[in-house]
Amino acid sequence: MLATLIIVFREVIEAALVLSIVAAATKGVAGRGRWLVIGVVGGLVGATLVAAFAGTIANALEGSGQEIFNASVLFVAVLMLGWHNVWMNSHGRELAAEMKAVGHDVAVGTRPLYAVATVVGVAVLREGSEVVLFLYGIASGGVGASGLLIGGLIGVVAGAALGFALYFGLLNLSTRKLFAVTSWLILLLAAGMAAQGANFLVQANILPSLGHAIWDTSWLLTEQNIFGQLLHTLIGYTARPSGIQLIFYVGTLALIGGAMKLYGGAPAKPSRAPHPAE
Amino acid sequence: MMRKFLPAAFAAAFLAAGALSPLRAEEPATFEISIKDHKFNPETIEVPANKEIKLVVKNLDETAEEFESYELNREKIIAGGGQGIFYLDALKPGTYPFFGDFNQATAKGKLIAK
Repeated sequence: MLATLIIVFREVIEAALVLSIVAAATKGVAGRGRWLVIGVVGGLVGATLVAAFAGTIANALEGSGQEIFNASVLFVAVLMLGWHNVWMNSHGRELAAEMKAVGHDVAVGTRPLYAVATVVGVAVLREGSEVVLFLYGIASGGVGASGLLIGGLIGVVAGAALGFALYFGLLNLSTRKLFAVTSWLILLLAAGMAAQGANFLVQANILPSLGHAIWDTSWLLTEQNIFGQLLHTLIGYTARPSGIQLIFYVGTLALIGGAMKLYGGAPAKPSRAPHPAE
Repeated sequence: MMRKFLPAAFAAAFLAAGALSPLRAEEPATFEISIKDHKFNPETIEVPANKEIKLVVKNLDETAEEFESYELNREKIIAGGGQGIFYLDALKPGTYPFFGDFNQATAKGKLIAK
């Protein structure tokens, strides 16, 4: 039961951390609750579907279907996180000022909440499908399965609790600090996801690894350990990064960071950001 | 400066990716591991070092398993009755443990590159 608990917990915390960061980043925005729920529910439905068709997905595209699927959803998340950050950077100041002025939620219709919902949905989808497959395997094991399933449920609850802890921890920050901190967290999250996506493309034999392990810090911290895994999720820590992972990590930091600088205009300067189409 | 840097970075990334794309003319040597009753068979597999290899993992169980290895930098779900193919870069001599994420108590193995 304990083993089950830990396995499920480790899957759940990844999605829970992503959810808590984007939830904190969108604090005070009217309508965000609905979008977050859409993301979670959509992710759960998707996770079940992905789990049900795991074999079909894996066999697709000459056996590389799973890798290409994983890489695709990760890159979609990276794009959405990047877009959110760039948008926040160009509108965050006015948003913060407005929130301070009215003292409550602001209705910003143009806020890219669909981006937030997509990121959450994708995180729940990826980790959720693994949990579904894992628990399904246990459930079909028959005798003794109920104890294991309870372990799994506790794992889900514990993972969610950790997410809530991070969320409320972040909410303790002042609004100005909160935007800055979540902005950094999202940037690092995106870079880590991009590196992970690149690794899936290496596994699919589409990208070269450019060096199996450029360095090895597993003597210091492995991702097997919970702390290492938290860092893996939050900032993309990898004990043995391949060359291509480093390129994607640094490239994502540079691209999103550069775009944030570009559209982040100083307060006096009129914003150069394109207004969202809707 | 950033405006100039971004397109240049993109171009460099694409050029690098293009120039270094793997052009695998011949199929590397294939090694096979099966999973039965949540155990690997064989649990220890020897492969040549410094050579690309292809690893085929067949899941003979009815339930899915996730083949995972931090040392090999690989993770992949293998559906019940399905198989997963891994192309591994030339490995330095050494031991590379792997495990089944869904059955960590029993599904343990290692790949030894010599």
